[in-house]
Amino acid sequence: MIYPEKCIGCSSCELACSFQHTGEFRPTKSRISAIRWPKMGVSVPLTCLQCEDPSCMKVCMVGAITKDKETGLVSINQEKCIGCRLCTAACPFGNINYDPEEAIVFKCDLCDGEPQCVEFCPNNAIEYREATDALLQRKKKVSAKFAEILEEVR
Amino acid sequence: MLGWVGKILRVNLTDGKIKEESLDKKIAEKFIGARGLGTKIFYDEVDPKVDPLSEDNKLIFATGPLTGTYATSAGRYNVITKGPLTGTIAASNSGGYFGPEIKFAGYDLIIFEGRSEKPVYLWVNNNNVELRSAEHLWGKSTHETTDILLEETDEEAKVACIGPGGEKLVKFANVINDYHRAAGRTGVGAVMGSKNLKAVVVRGRKGVKVADNDGFKKAVLDARKKLAAHPVTSEGLPAYGTNVLVNIVNQSGALPTRNFQDGYFEAADKIGGETLAETLLVRNKGCFACPIGCGRVTVIKSGPYKGEGEGPEYETAWAFGAMCGVDNLEAITKANYLCNELGIDTITMGSTIACAMELFEKGLVTPEEAGIELNFGNPDAIVILTEKTGMREGFGDKLAEGSYRLAESYGMPELSMSVKKQEMPAYDPRGAQGMGLEYATSNRGGCHVRGYMTSPEILGVPEKIDQHTTEGKADWLKIFQDLTAALDSSGICLFTSFAIGADEIGAMLKHATGIDYTAEEVLKAGERIWNLERLFNLKAGFSKKDDTLPPRLLKQPVKTGPSKGKVVKLEEMLTDYYKVRGWSEEGVPTEDKLNELELA
Repeated sequence: MIYPEKCIGCSSCELACSFQHTGEFRPTKSRISAIRWPKMGVSVPLTCLQCEDPSCMKVCMVGAITKDKETGLVSINQEKCIGCRLCTAACPFGNINYDPEEAIVFKCDLCDGEPQCVEFCPNNAIEYREATDALLQRKKKVSAKFAEILEEVR
Repeated sequence: MLGWVGKILRVNLTDGKIKEESLDKKIAEKFIGARGLGTKIFYDEVDPKVDPLSEDNKLIFATGPLTGTYATSAGRYNVITKGPLTGTIAASNSGGYFGPEIKFAGYDLIIFEGRSEKPVYLWVNNNNVELRSAEHLWGKSTHETTDILLEETDEEAKVACIGPGGEKLVKFANVINDYHRAAGRTGVGAVMGSKNLKAVVVRGRKGVKVADNDGFKKAVLDARKKLAAHPVTSEGLPAYGTNVLVNIVNQSGALPTRNFQDGYFEAADKIGGETLAETLLVRNKGCFACPIGCGRVTVIKSGPYKGEGEGPEYETAWAFGAMCGVDNLEAITKANYLCNELGIDTITMGSTIACAMELFEKGLVTPEEAGIELNFGNPDAIVILTEKTGMREGFGDKLAEGSYRLAESYGMPELSMSVKKQEMPAYDPRGAQGMGLEYATSNRGGCHVRGYMTSPEILGVPEKIDQHTTEGKADWLKIFQDLTAALDSSGICLFTSFAIGADEIGAMLKHATGIDYTAEEVLKAGERIWNLERLFNLKAGFSKKDDTLPPRLLKQPVKTGPSKGKVVKLEEMLTDYYKVRGWSEEGVPTEDKLNELELA
């Protein structure tokens, strides 16, 4: 789950991600991006949402993208990938990246269940948890506000 | 090299030549990076007697070995030059995202020399480096300049630039990066202006490598854990920003008020971080790799001071607030925005206006001359005069020289609350003796980040020491000066030092560079850097007589609050300090000391 309202724009997620995957601190090769509007002081973390019905997977002509039914992880098989980049165009969020140096597409792989972005986010703007549970928590938070208002007008 | 990139970019503005050089690993090891390494290179290349605004002065943008990594708050860079405000060595430190981008472009340092005939900016796009005309940017605010440069280079680039203040050689002009962060003090922006260098724009797509990935991650997680567990870095600073300090410092009787005529401000609560959080604060913001996030995004929605931006930080809230007797937080915040847009230092600006206010009350400055009633407490005065100073208009032209030269021009230099002509910040040393010694001995004039004795004296970190005694202060200060010199040189933010020390910094440096930095080595490097800065200043013509404070602080006791009746007992601390430093009675590093530090 991503909570843009908690993001302070510090890049820790991008640094942790690129360090884990490339061995370097290199935000341009991060699988997660904290998009910043420095003038307004706003930032939004964006990464693969592991869609239920991934459009990247649908457009892949060679079947290089699959979704694991058990874990929900959408992953790219680099052996099968032919580098056509259709998936980067198909993702409505721009969360599949292209590395011109290595000539490969790459995306979030959830770090084998221990996402580094989550570990290094100082403000809990990124959480890794069961989607249904997380959604319920969010619903509860919103409903709590309603409850408060109802309490007041009662 | 690991941690460091190993490359220097040298730009000669006179003939337009740009070249890459290798970084000498042995020098990097000894001086770490950023403040230390930049100062070492500057010291070796520039005559200490150079006129700061002449083309013979150089200007270095320097990162540290931790800059660009996910070490705690590792977004810092330093601007090193000879400062026009003070005439001392100047290393001005800033956060944001600009510093790391220099590393991502493949450089540790950028050295500017000479002077361009016409306004230019440097565009660093990885290895593609070019000087471009900045004539269309001259006269523009830092925000307008940044907007235009992002448009004409790369929207993901990072920009450090000067505003009208730097162009007009305001003695305390700064360099603004990422719209709101400042290499604020000592007038580094005026040096940039004197070189006709409007901006440095950087876009980097490379990576920063470290020596031992697993070890580094472990060292960083350990440091981050300590920051998350410390009340200052996990609660105070995130909740209220640096401005959390106003009430704390005031309650301990160390908030300089009305040009240091007092050490206690009766309306402090109106300008503090708690009030800011309830009124103008929109959200918190972090710099690169920073888990603290002390930045304050603020807005003034309506009224005469309408505007938006970031701040005020503690020092700014004090400088325009208590120091000028102003309790209007909107006016203070507006003056802060103006400083950022004009590219001038908030501390010196506020303190210089306070000095003018005292000159006004003494009848030396007339309302006609000032163009406004300059009584302490007038909120319009801080806004109007800040704007005039940045543009060097009318009375602002006099203020643009800083408080010392202003007060001197009226025959009363003692009314300038400065050390080595740089204005002291927001801690009255009559209420914190160690701060007095810190100001007097700081290598860049009146400054709170050359030691930060506030930490033990006021905040009780790492332990509470008696703020009113002089005993033992020299020993404490030496450690703090050495530690902060090393910390500034590593590329991380000073605020981390509330929670971590030489052990943690050493561990992160060790795993980043592969060099065995122990806590002892870190402090030794800090001491080496401190002594090198001292050597520069001595050669520039400074001596023991300059290690002093305005007479007011030595003779005139605080009138109200918890420090009532106190003055700074500097002399006894200074003698002790020279001894602790291994310097002569005249404050000159001895040959033994220089040998020990490999500086001979």
